[in-house]
Amino acid sequence: MNLLLLAAFWGVLMMFLSVSGISRSRIRWVARLGMGLLFVSTGAEMQGFVLYDLNTPEMLSVDRYALVMLAILSGCGFLYFLLSDQDMAAVGNDYSEYFALIFFIFCGFVLVLSFTSLLMLFLGIEIVTIPLYILTGSDKRNLKSNEASLKYFLLGAFSTGLMLMGIALVYGARGSFSAIELAGASGIPTQLLLGGLFLMLFSLAFKVSVAPFHFWTPDVYDGAPTVFTSFMATLVKVAAFAGFLRLFDQAFMSLTAAWQVWAGALAVLTLVIGNITAVYQQSVKRLLAYSSIAQAGFMMLGIYGLGGLAKEGMVLYAASYSLATIGIFAVLTRLEDYTLEGFNGLAKEQPWVAALLTVFLLSLAGIPLTAGFLAKFYMLQAAVEAQYGLAVVIVAVLMAAIGVFYYFRILQAMYFRERSDGVVFPVFSAGFVRVLAVMALLIVVLGTQPGWLLRYLYF
Amino acid sequence: MIALLLVLLPLVGGGLVFFLPRVPAVRPVSLLVALSSLFAVLWGVAGCSPAECWSFDAEWIQPIGARFTLNGDVLGRWMSLLTALGSVLAILGSWNTDRKMPNRFYGLMLWMQAGMSIVFLSADAFLFYFGWELALIPAYFLSSIWGGERRVAVTIKFFLYTFVGSVLMLIGLIYLQGLTPEGSFQWQSFRKLELAESKQMWLFWLFFLAFAIKVPLFPFHTWQPDAYEQAPTPITLLLSGVMVKMGVVAMIRWLMPILGIGVFIWSDVVICMAVVGIVYASLVAIRQDDLKRLIAYSSIAHMGLTVAALFSLSGFTNNSNVVLQYHHLGFQGVLLQLFSHGVNIMGMWLLADRIESRFGTRKLSELGGLARTAPMLTIFFVIIALANIALPLTNAFPGEFLQFNAIFHAQSPYRVVFLIVSGLGVILSAIYTLNMIRRIFYGETNAVTEHGLRLSTAETLALSLVVLLVLVFGIYPQAALDFTNDYAWEYVKSIDITRFLAK
Repeated sequence: MNLLLLAAFWGVLMMFLSVSGISRSRIRWVARLGMGLLFVSTGAEMQGFVLYDLNTPEMLSVDRYALVMLAILSGCGFLYFLLSDQDMAAVGNDYSEYFALIFFIFCGFVLVLSFTSLLMLFLGIEIVTIPLYILTGSDKRNLKSNEASLKYFLLGAFSTGLMLMGIALVYGARGSFSAIELAGASGIPTQLLLGGLFLMLFSLAFKVSVAPFHFWTPDVYDGAPTVFTSFMATLVKVAAFAGFLRLFDQAFMSLTAAWQVWAGALAVLTLVIGNITAVYQQSVKRLLAYSSIAQAGFMMLGIYGLGGLAKEGMVLYAASYSLATIGIFAVLTRLEDYTLEGFNGLAKEQPWVAALLTVFLLSLAGIPLTAGFLAKFYMLQAAVEAQYGLAVVIVAVLMAAIGVFYYFRILQAMYFRERSDGVVFPVFSAGFVRVLAVMALLIVVLGTQPGWLLRYLYF
Repeated sequence: MIALLLVLLPLVGGGLVFFLPRVPAVRPVSLLVALSSLFAVLWGVAGCSPAECWSFDAEWIQPIGARFTLNGDVLGRWMSLLTALGSVLAILGSWNTDRKMPNRFYGLMLWMQAGMSIVFLSADAFLFYFGWELALIPAYFLSSIWGGERRVAVTIKFFLYTFVGSVLMLIGLIYLQGLTPEGSFQWQSFRKLELAESKQMWLFWLFFLAFAIKVPLFPFHTWQPDAYEQAPTPITLLLSGVMVKMGVVAMIRWLMPILGIGVFIWSDVVICMAVVGIVYASLVAIRQDDLKRLIAYSSIAHMGLTVAALFSLSGFTNNSNVVLQYHHLGFQGVLLQLFSHGVNIMGMWLLADRIESRFGTRKLSELGGLARTAPMLTIFFVIIALANIALPLTNAFPGEFLQFNAIFHAQSPYRVVFLIVSGLGVILSAIYTLNMIRRIFYGETNAVTEHGLRLSTAETLALSLVVLLVLVFGIYPQAALDFTNDYAWEYVKSIDITRFLAK
């Protein structure tokens, strides 16, 4: 709850800073301070320190799962600010507002992660997505950015409608918005309830860009300014997935028989479409968009195999995927050429940056010693127990092998090819490289000692 | 403690070398690391009793049931010896070769050694998988950065091939772990599983594909000649001398004792693949003009024979001592040949590397007459090449003999066919090897070869070591057989189908 209060306050603060006329570097430091505070306050809440005790038992309950997820999100958010907040200045003139919007999105995260009432989930998702429409279109003079924003808005609004419809149907069937009461109900589910459930499943699948509801993703990620694509593809997606898992874990666990196979089918479809399409991309930005779909397929396995280790898997996935993708995007933002050729010869000129990118790429590809491997491992372990689990995980690992192919294309460009003529690499400051190094270190630590993070789920 | 040492030495030493700034110090330091692992193994084999020295167990990732368990049984020690030896030979063999970024090169190479040590010593399936991949990643970078012209495409093919295999194995591991009552990856827990025949039928393939790709067994071998040809030679040496043995070791440890019934059901199919591979690879080897590719294909043939012999051991003994005796001998042959083939092929790569770096070509058609201009090289080459065709008094002879014996006593209706076809491999291997010797060393010298070549001290040392091992195990194989005797007895009893079904 600390995070909700602080994020709301900081959002408003950032809005006022925009009219105060202070310099951009000061604005940046205020934003970094705010994000750091969000992280620290979440950590403090885990130790029992609560700023103000809001009594919202029917609406929100900030449990361990929510706290760990929020800590990951705000921690990654802090690293994201350290790496990329300077690049936001290049997007447009409303520097301070961008930060304000991001803080408001964090308010939404709290609701999505800690809801007990379906209405709060709905509110949370709306609070997250509406600022995102603005951020996507923030490069106002760029037609692609505008197009992306409009597309995202129209499709997003449509899926929101579906979700609302789903919630209404569920309410009609059970007479309650409470996730806990939904879980407690027994007996044969009515058509009404199942209808509501599937509408919610599909609309959430849309939000996390699971196939076949993923068509907006490449265009929106490609059109949006790269700094914000990074934010959308990582923190927003992860938070939405965490909420998705929470909903099905809390409310619909008793109906597993009805939806599990569908969730598995969505996962398989996402893995196949995401990975195979990614192979054909020439632009790294689009490649990362498809990679985010492919990774969503793996996260979907956690929902498919709910119970067991799926929660741990999701937590680990959230951390590993966000860290790696934020790192790659932070470098990509600064390159001139977004195609694969733009990475040619990077290792020779910037050995450290290339080495750290290698860690991120290996993590995304799921190679042991990195957190990405263990996250995938947890997901596979959860999914293999489910109905048809074995077939699903076999598809999943074969697709992971395809993933290796395209992640390694970036590696190959960096290490085994010569720099293309006319490409000039930017100078990466020592601080930037240090932040990347911290992230790579976190990935390796989580890849060998995941217990250091996962134990917070229980104690 | 030695088991842990064998993992930590190359891991830490590799890290040290990787960041070592002074280039001249790189090779001595790496050699020191490799030599100290070699001495650690030797000390462990000779002077340290098993329980305290060769096992290590620690808590690792608790929620998924993975432990850091190393257990150096005789197989593990035997292969650790080969690993450490391979590392020493690889460093000695490239002592005089100048490479870009030598610190990175040797650092990665030592990490590869660490990964392979984990594979050979691990008694926990998760750790085993970890090592399996850990050995692969450095190999990928080593081949892609320092390799030949077509290195990038070839190496990614190699990587993807083995990666697909290993992730399928990962699923098999996860599945088995889910069945153990305590949710553990320990070898012991896997061993206790009682799996229905119908399950073993398909679980077998999840594991076997990974191992068959690694070995490589026909028809999964297509990555291998390209990868061997394009990788820098010290890495090819490690790949073919040590890394592909990971596949056979994995079959010995993780397949036959755990999915014994599955192995028995599919053994004819596997032996069939292996013997077809022997003949096919030998025929292709005869047609090769490229020295490296020739050795690569010969390696497929030899490993095929080992796999065929190993799978011949699967069967019913009905507790008959006679049958057990055959299996025991056959298994000792497999163990012996794992080591001997490793040593011999490493020798072959050392020689191939020297020839290529001196004359700038590895085409047999462009060489010739070296017997006159490079006598020392010729002596080494002929001895090692003859060992490669398993001539009596060389180390490969007892191993291959025992392997043929095992195939002949296999419990398969086709055993005679298998024996004859795989026996053809010996004749074919004589053809391509002798042909190779003839074309490189005899005939007229030409502009390329007329100046001959002198071996440096380091190379002479490395090659002498190989020849010494060839002769010692060729003349007195009993030393190795004694070493593996008790272990082999226990092992063949543990994979006996009669006992599997009685469980």
